[in-house]
Amino acid sequence: MNMTLRISNIYKSYNGRSVLKGCSFSFDRGGIYVLTGHNGSGKSTLLRICALLEPPDRGEINYLSGSNIIKKDTELKRRMTLVLPKVGVFNTTVFKNVAYGLKIRGIKGNKMEERVNKALDFVGLAHKKDQNALTLSSGETQRLGIARAMAIEPEILFLDEPTASVDMENTEIIENIILNMKRKDKSTIVITTHDMSQAERLGDTMLIMSEGRIIQG
Amino acid sequence: MDSIIEGFKKAFILIFNLNTELLGIIFLSLKVSGSALLVSAVIGIPLSAILGLKKFPAKGFVISLMNTFMGLPPVVVGLFVYILLSRSGPLGFMGLLYTPSAMVIAQTILALPIVVSLCHSAIVGVDPIIKQASMTLGATPFQTTITIIKEARYGIMSGVIAAFGRVMAEVGAILIVGGNIAGYTRVVTTTIALETDKGNFELALALGIILLTISLLINVVLHFIQKKGMVK
Ligand SMILES: Nc1ncnc2c1ncn2[C@@H]1O[C@H](COP(=O)(O)OP(=O)(O)OP(=O)(O)O)[C@@H](O)[C@H]1O
Ligand SMILES: [Mg+2]
Repeated sequence: MNMTLRISNIYKSYNGRSVLKGCSFSFDRGGIYVLTGHNGSGKSTLLRICALLEPPDRGEINYLSGSNIIKKDTELKRRMTLVLPKVGVFNTTVFKNVAYGLKIRGIKGNKMEERVNKALDFVGLAHKKDQNALTLSSGETQRLGIARAMAIEPEILFLDEPTASVDMENTEIIENIILNMKRKDKSTIVITTHDMSQAERLGDTMLIMSEGRIIQG
Repeated sequence: MDSIIEGFKKAFILIFNLNTELLGIIFLSLKVSGSALLVSAVIGIPLSAILGLKKFPAKGFVISLMNTFMGLPPVVVGLFVYILLSRSGPLGFMGLLYTPSAMVIAQTILALPIVVSLCHSAIVGVDPIIKQASMTLGATPFQTTITIIKEARYGIMSGVIAAFGRVMAEVGAILIVGGNIAGYTRVVTTTIALETDKGNFELALALGIILLTISLLINVVLHFIQKKGMVK
């Protein structure tokens, strides 16, 4: 059974302004969760907290295996990943960007190459694998971000606005990638978006960030 | 005028017939400055990463100190190292004064602040999103630090090469601590100083031309690296 995520009563404020005010939710159904909410409502903040990039001021984030809480360590961090809205590509080739997550896990050689090539094929960037990743277009950069995440085969994948700066064609490509990932890998995927029709197309569960809390829609 | 032209002529003849003495001098220059650079890089790059990425008290002070020391007058450094290494000095027992090692020490002191300052700028210039991206992909804090250093590699190389340029051209410090002993501690710059003093312009000119050529090469490499670093 895949791990699940339960957050309870998360509070977070920046410079005295509270952003999250008692956020609670259980991501235990699998499938795709779509999180919407207006600008500045705290979606990205919640995703960063869930991905253990920063701690909440108060409240609990627990990853569970069945009913057992998984210890918050590097091992846990390596079972999930967050694709940031700006991706953050490394100044090297497309291939090496995707290989990054595998290299730091000590996965090398053929196994590494196979997984990288598979991920690149999946997002349609195989023909650009030797190109410097900084020269990719926004749409390609988003796809690279997804490939980089896919290569590490996360059990939970957070995607923060994966199609925010992407044209219609690439949006469709990315949506299909996401739907395929759900089908193939059975991973739990959490996406934020401002595009309501996208939310309809992708979401199994609709969530809205409102007044610093998650409401199921 | 004629004597100047004659001097240049003889200088070029010297360069084209590179004798072992001349080669030895050039080789020692490269060896001393290269060693100083290696030591500065080994100490300076990790130090600049710590300064750029970790929080600790007096961090701002250390950075200001390094920036100030970038412009240290070589003669002052020479004097300082001389006092340390002289027979009555605290490190006198090591017997390093007037050896190539003393020259390496002096040049390391000159190069280190340059390496640290320029590498520090390069490292803090790395987009913070790189750190986040690396963390989201499961990197440990140490792996993240290595990733950031790698992202700053072109800036770091520029810093190291700039430091090399400075120490290669420096004369004050190595003259004081090396003593300009023929065949032992005599390098390009100190030979130029000595031979000019003796009125032996051809050799001084020949070495001057060689020094300029090395400096030109360093700058070409620097330019190439900086261009390579700008992908977009
Ligand atoms: N590191 C930070 N320092 C200070 N303020 C922050 C920080 N991160 C987020 N904030 C603030 O928290 C609030 C929520 O930001 P967040 O990015 O989570 O919103 P969002 O829902 O993702 O918005 P958008 O839809 O525009 O992406 C904003 O007011 C933002 O300015
Ligand atoms: Mg956001």
